[in-house]
Amino acid sequence: MKIREIAQVLEAKIEVEGDSLDLEIEAACGADLMSDVMAYAKDNVLLLTGLVSPQVIRTAEMLDIKAVVLVRGKKPDATMLKMAAEKGITLLTTKESMFTSCGKLYNLGLTKRGIRD
Amino acid sequence: MSKSIQLHFELPGNDLALAGEASSKVKKTLNQLGLKPAVVKKTAVAMYEAEINAIIHAGGGTLAATIDQEKVVVVVRDQGPGIADLELAMQEGYSTAPEKIREMGFGAGMGLPNMKRHADLLEIESAVGQGTVVTIIVYL
Repeated sequence: MKIREIAQVLEAKIEVEGDSLDLEIEAACGADLMSDVMAYAKDNVLLLTGLVSPQVIRTAEMLDIKAVVLVRGKKPDATMLKMAAEKGITLLTTKESMFTSCGKLYNLGLTKRGIRD
Repeated sequence: MSKSIQLHFELPGNDLALAGEASSKVKKTLNQLGLKPAVVKKTAVAMYEAEINAIIHAGGGTLAATIDQEKVVVVVRDQGPGIADLELAMQEGYSTAPEKIREMGFGAGMGLPNMKRHADLLEIESAVGQGTVVTIIVYL
């Protein structure tokens, strides 16, 4: 599923466009704990999180995660916006909860686990 | 043996938003050197956790990276409180992090296990009241 389609499904606002909205995403990972993301995330995943902190973008950068969704209507702060733009990471915001965001994406075919066992 | 590349950074302890700057710069250099993506990612995750630890537990420190023909070596050094029981600290889920660190998405007791998981070789020297030196080695 392309990042552009993910944004449509979640009726998300594109806060930062990043390198490309046409990038194909195969798996997703929903987490508020960045250490868990770093422990287990695979390559080329979408990160969904309820955490608002520059460390979300930093974690995405370290793991080559190209798209991040902030759920439950959370708004990124200025540091996050600036950092995402600098690093070419797409940053989306949606009013949907974590559970319904994941559910909608899964329903439409984004079914691969974003983490290793 | 040709020359190695050395990078050195001060880790400021007073601005949590800056935590990760040093790791970000090292990662950029590793990519520019054309190292394998898997090597870059392993190094990035391990050193980022180490950098975060130095900043949140020890009020900052230094991060030095050396890249030669065989390996990446990252040394994160602080003069913080030290680790009293290293074996306990290595257990997943054991944490002494304060609440504000948890608000950043860290502090769940995954940092040291994450470093061990990603580094090819991890060495931790620590003395209570004197500080901690973390050495991460990833082979190319």
